[in-house]
Amino acid sequence: MAVVSIGPYKFAPKDTVDKFPAPLLYVGWEDHKMFCAPHCVPMPPDTKFGDFVKNVLPGMYSAHPDFEKIQWEQVLWFDSGKPFQPDMEKTMAENGMGHKSLIRFRTPGLTGLSGSAF
Amino acid sequence: MDTKVKTRLNLRERYNLMTRDLDWEPSYQSIKDIFPFLEYEGIKVHDWDKFEDPFRMTMSAYWKYQAEKERKLYAIIDAFAQNNGHLTLTDARYLNTIKLFLTGVTPLEYMSGHGFTHLGRHFKGAGPKVACQMQALDELRHAQTQLHAVSNYNKYYNGFQEWRHWHDRVWYLSVPKSFFDDAATSGPFEYILSISFAFEYVLTNLLFVPFISGAAYNGDMSAMAFGFSAQSDEARHMTLGLSVIKFLLEQDPDNLPIIQRWIDKWFWRGYRVLTLVAMMMDYMLPKRVMSWKEAWEVYGEENGGALFRDLGRYGVKVPMGWEQACKEKDHLSHMAWNVFYNYGGAASFHTWAPSPQDMDWLSSKYPDTFDKHYRPLWEHYAAEQKAGRRFYNATLPMLCQTCQVPMFFTEPDDPTKICYRESTYKGDKYHFCSDGCKHIFDNEPEKFIQSWLPVHQIYQGNCFPADVDPTQPDFDALAEVLRWYKIRPGEDNMDYADSPDKRNFKAWREQATTN
Repeated sequence: MAVVSIGPYKFAPKDTVDKFPAPLLYVGWEDHKMFCAPHCVPMPPDTKFGDFVKNVLPGMYSAHPDFEKIQWEQVLWFDSGKPFQPDMEKTMAENGMGHKSLIRFRTPGLTGLSGSAF
Repeated sequence: MDTKVKTRLNLRERYNLMTRDLDWEPSYQSIKDIFPFLEYEGIKVHDWDKFEDPFRMTMSAYWKYQAEKERKLYAIIDAFAQNNGHLTLTDARYLNTIKLFLTGVTPLEYMSGHGFTHLGRHFKGAGPKVACQMQALDELRHAQTQLHAVSNYNKYYNGFQEWRHWHDRVWYLSVPKSFFDDAATSGPFEYILSISFAFEYVLTNLLFVPFISGAAYNGDMSAMAFGFSAQSDEARHMTLGLSVIKFLLEQDPDNLPIIQRWIDKWFWRGYRVLTLVAMMMDYMLPKRVMSWKEAWEVYGEENGGALFRDLGRYGVKVPMGWEQACKEKDHLSHMAWNVFYNYGGAASFHTWAPSPQDMDWLSSKYPDTFDKHYRPLWEHYAAEQKAGRRFYNATLPMLCQTCQVPMFFTEPDDPTKICYRESTYKGDKYHFCSDGCKHIFDNEPEKFIQSWLPVHQIYQGNCFPADVDPTQPDFDALAEVLRWYKIRPGEDNMDYADSPDKRNFKAWREQATTN
């Protein structure tokens, strides 16, 4: 039962990909909850993953003292919780990122302010 | 003529004459046409007369009681205003709790009036019809008296002026708004269960006691007087909630699974809304009443626990998520206030990092968690602010599809890990903050795929004034969203430390107390 209604009930979903300038991407940095929640940004599918790391992530996260200490080659990436190895030279789409994909990354050795996960 | 006319009726006779006897069986219209909403939710009622209105009040008695209360209330509001009562507050910082209440709760009172009017029309039994009509009037009265009680502050302080406009637009206000929209678009039985039982009975003490005691502790006689004036109404609403659920459970055994599903859903939705109360209690009151954790233990664990033990004889189980709510009590307020600290640039009230004294209080109330998990964050923010780098998060957050709160909640057993849940429906992904919110979505996806998520709406371009062109290179999205919100940068939002409210309160208080 997808809905309880008194009659026919058919409405378009509010957030299909055609309504956005680009597919939405959610991004979360593990153990750094100073950024209180994961972020949400439109991300053109032809963006190279490496450019996303180089150009987008600093705008989101450089306010944290851990950010400049990140060893990017050691970073662990997750796609909706499943480990994955992005190809930095390939695009978001080629790396399997679609509308409302959720990327999380863990930075080994960096666990927030005084190790508090913030 | 030997008919004896009784000139004086007792209360019960009077009540019956004015209510029950107005109900009649139709002769040439079908019940289904007159009451079209009664069957589609699957609830079975065999005998509406079994519902005993617990108060048996007539309209004339109702007017009399309410008028007495209003006379007292407005005398106090006037006296408080005339004596510059706002200068006797503990601190103008306190008023941010009132801004939150006015924008988040008062519009719900008004909506609740709509909802109960609908029920008064569409329930079949005379008992529930009358009780719902009176509650509809109460809710309207609460919306009005709340507005009047706090309107005096609007003459002096920012963040009050566009309360109704904000309620429909500003990101965090979509949390209470969507809660009520969900209830108001349900059938009549789900509505009364969600509002009268889950909210009024199970959770209302966690909303009103903190706000009204907070008013009393912080010198806000106006809001406190409103609270006292609403108290006897709230007691009536709670009793209605309990009598309704018992009535429905006694009417037919098939009602139990439907009601249990609603209890699970509405406990969780209501509890998520109370996140705002948790942070208000622990972080926003200059003089605190008790901690969120203590309030949850008294009003949640003790009172709620007793209630569900009582309902156990009908087969009702403790709502899904109850255990998680108990685990979250040590963490909820700290994480929630961080959300507002992050996005204080887009709020219609002020935010701040707790002072060293505030943090000592928090340590004493949360000995197991505050120093370990949360103190480093607030100390870092304070140091950054001192260095002229007050932290604001510049990227919009990911929201839960169901409760619409930014996804800050953590795994029930690990406060360091954000909790992520996901469903796919008709090819699209949907994300949730908890098992509870995912469960609600999975039961009614067709409803929740329509969630008006503020962050997504901004990216769709629906939250800018009509006169802007988002394709221009100098387009400032945040500034335009604020303009659409009608939030005045630097006046209504940002850190309390730099606010006109703080400066003015200090200057006025000095004028009032020195030459």
